[in-house]
Amino acid sequence: MSNSAIEFKAKQIPDTLSKLGLIILAIGVVLGILAFYTDHSRALFNYLIAFMFLLSVGVGSIFLISLEYITGAVWSVPFRRIVEFLASVTILLFILVIPLLLNMHDLFHWTHTEAVAGDEILKGKSPYLNTSFFIIRVLAGLVIWAFFYFAFTRNSKKQDLSQDQHLTTKNIRLSAVFIPIFAITITVSAVDWLMSLEPHWFSTIFGIYFFSGTVLAALAAATLIVVLLKEKGFLHPKIIDDHLYSFGALMFAFINFWGYIAFSQYMLIWYANLPEENFWFLHRWEGGWIVVSILLIIIHFVVPYSALLSQPAKIDPKRLKFASIWIMFAHLFDLYWLIMPNLESEHGYSFSSIDLVFPVSVVGILILVFNYNAKKYNLLPLGDPKLERGLNFRL
Amino acid sequence: MNRTDKIFGIAALFDTPDAIINAAEKVTAAGYKKIDVNTPYPVHGMNKAMKLKPSKLGFITLFFGLSGAAFAMLFMFWAMSLEYPMIIGGKPFFSLPAFIPITFEVTVLLATLSTVIGMLTFFFNYPNNNHPLNGTAYIKAVAVDKFGICIEASDNKFDKDVIEQLLHHLGANEIETIYYPKDEVYPIFQPKYLMFLAATAIATSLVTYFVLNKLMFMDPFNWMMVQDKLIPQEKSEVFEDGFGMRKPVEGTVARGFIPYPFMGEPTPADVLSNPFLPTRENIELGKKKYLIYCSPCHGNYAEGDSRLRGQFPNPPTLHSVRSREMSDGMLYHIITNGQNIMPSYASQVTREERWAIVNYIRVLQRAKFARESDLQEIKKESAANVE
Ligand code: HEC
Repeated sequence: MSNSAIEFKAKQIPDTLSKLGLIILAIGVVLGILAFYTDHSRALFNYLIAFMFLLSVGVGSIFLISLEYITGAVWSVPFRRIVEFLASVTILLFILVIPLLLNMHDLFHWTHTEAVAGDEILKGKSPYLNTSFFIIRVLAGLVIWAFFYFAFTRNSKKQDLSQDQHLTTKNIRLSAVFIPIFAITITVSAVDWLMSLEPHWFSTIFGIYFFSGTVLAALAAATLIVVLLKEKGFLHPKIIDDHLYSFGALMFAFINFWGYIAFSQYMLIWYANLPEENFWFLHRWEGGWIVVSILLIIIHFVVPYSALLSQPAKIDPKRLKFASIWIMFAHLFDLYWLIMPNLESEHGYSFSSIDLVFPVSVVGILILVFNYNAKKYNLLPLGDPKLERGLNFRL
Repeated sequence: MNRTDKIFGIAALFDTPDAIINAAEKVTAAGYKKIDVNTPYPVHGMNKAMKLKPSKLGFITLFFGLSGAAFAMLFMFWAMSLEYPMIIGGKPFFSLPAFIPITFEVTVLLATLSTVIGMLTFFFNYPNNNHPLNGTAYIKAVAVDKFGICIEASDNKFDKDVIEQLLHHLGANEIETIYYPKDEVYPIFQPKYLMFLAATAIATSLVTYFVLNKLMFMDPFNWMMVQDKLIPQEKSEVFEDGFGMRKPVEGTVARGFIPYPFMGEPTPADVLSNPFLPTRENIELGKKKYLIYCSPCHGNYAEGDSRLRGQFPNPPTLHSVRSREMSDGMLYHIITNGQNIMPSYASQVTREERWAIVNYIRVLQRAKFARESDLQEIKKESAANVE
């Protein structure tokens, strides 16, 4: 194919970016350590939120990569590298998961053997919900994701030099394997990390609920980076507003998807009104939590839905920048709503400045991860056979 | 083809999508406004090449989508909360979560239908089966593998020679001048069309019949119908005696039930004594119930003047000596047990109401056979009223 047609010398990513990332991360880490000293369990739950957010971005990005291969999408090829960079967050999870595994006893009620012994329901669930099997599942998930991350990106990077089309075929096959595995692993992660915080509760749609947020977080992160890079002129000049449309449309679609799934989960439980299911929502409707719950609807659905509804809004870089930042915030907020009510507290919802600390490190980590990869690898998958068509993509 | 010699426009064919994009750009740049491009599939980038403004169709969708949402919500609010409130599953009359799926459906339905209909009527000028391009070699080519552009004669800058030159210059390989067709009437009810309608109707009926009467009763479509639950009017398979409901244990008494000891005795040896004082409320209750249950036969003032016009034997007056001398308990017994052809009212009228009726009958009797002292009393009262 047209190997020679694409001549693109990437602008060097400025060194200030890594400094910025380091400073933000340093502040985040210092504040985080302080938080752990002030209120250990609150900090731990907030740490879990940050961890789950990074998991969303990382694993969601691997999913986006595989989605491009399996659907044969063209428009996204010029941006696949950015998604690949974000996917490398998955590797960091191996380190980030350690504090959680060490403090499982403070996070998960079902790890308390004496509580399980006196509780028929938890006893029944203990073949699944026990510490050793949990750790096995978590590590297995991480290993699987890491494997696919390396497999996808290795092939993609090799192609830069070899321009071998078979590498694309290989990745398409990998995607076909990955997508069902992704469905299972993401569901297991949602059940393990989020649903089992309240081990008496169950919802069969929960995995999809988390999946919708996962894809949103990854998409929003990628969109934000793409729009920023384009504004600063780091992207190929052939990339124009038309390319952005698909980002906007996908985010809009997944906002709807999230709303659909979230409402389905709520409505079925509300309608049946069975005490073994409804207490989870009732708890999030008590005291100050009612405000958080209603805000969730506004933040995670109403605002981004209205912001992205019209067709011009899906192309407008300014609007996309707003929407992607907002959606990332919304996913954090969603995780907050899922996780924090399980923190034992006597008087319903109370805000604490600790809740603001951990997202800082998340921002720092994302900047550094991007910076590290962007310095090391091409910003365009130069050998991809679909690249030229991708660059010429028009609405 | 029957054509007039009035020019509709000039059409040109190109071979590749790139060529047609280029042509669209150049023709637009040359200032032509009334142009249209016909391609076998949507060509990315055409909107920009033709400098098309974003379509207004979205506003139709938005308007009808919002109307659908408002209509569904208001209708359910009116029907379920105002006009015919029903308790369903113990939920409030206005229960938003239950309304949302329907609102969503109606929104989507109206939005999509209006989009399609709006597109056909406002943008495609439907019904339009007489478009000048119909039947031309040009339209046949672009429907298969060519990319065409057509500049219409209604354009202000229209000049046949200039345009033909321009299109040539752009690399068109065929240029066709298109004339208006003769006014022809295409009847809607052609035999072919009617046959098509009939065939559709038959096919739809067959499919519906098959789905509703066959498919629905096959596994797994019938899983919702086959349920281990009690179906009204059908024998229960759970209990040996075939009843779905269990009978109460022998000797069970309903809440608040007080058994009447003289049931079924025409002339009871003993009767109860009246446990209720004839208070104003009690008598008012008695009046109400008497007028409802007794007055059709016994008359409003218990004179035995039935309103049933001989459809039921007239009862005796309750102002007879016999009735007046009856004890309260006996009156109660007659209401509770019935007497000869008068049926028992125990199932319609509660115990308390029966005693209240007795008290009211006493009032009626006393009014008819007032004592001297009563008259004195009334006179005093009316005198006081006059002053
Ligand atoms: C369907 C018409 C009907 C209605 C309604 C009815 N009765 Fe009677 N009632 C009769 C008839 C007929 C008799 C005469 C029965 C008999 O032959 O002994 C009678 C007899 C009586 C007697 C006995 C009179 C006597 O001298 O033996 C009393 C008291 C009486 N009714 C009270 C009531 C009261 C109180 C009600 C309202 C709860 C009532 N009835 C409703 C038809 C009716």
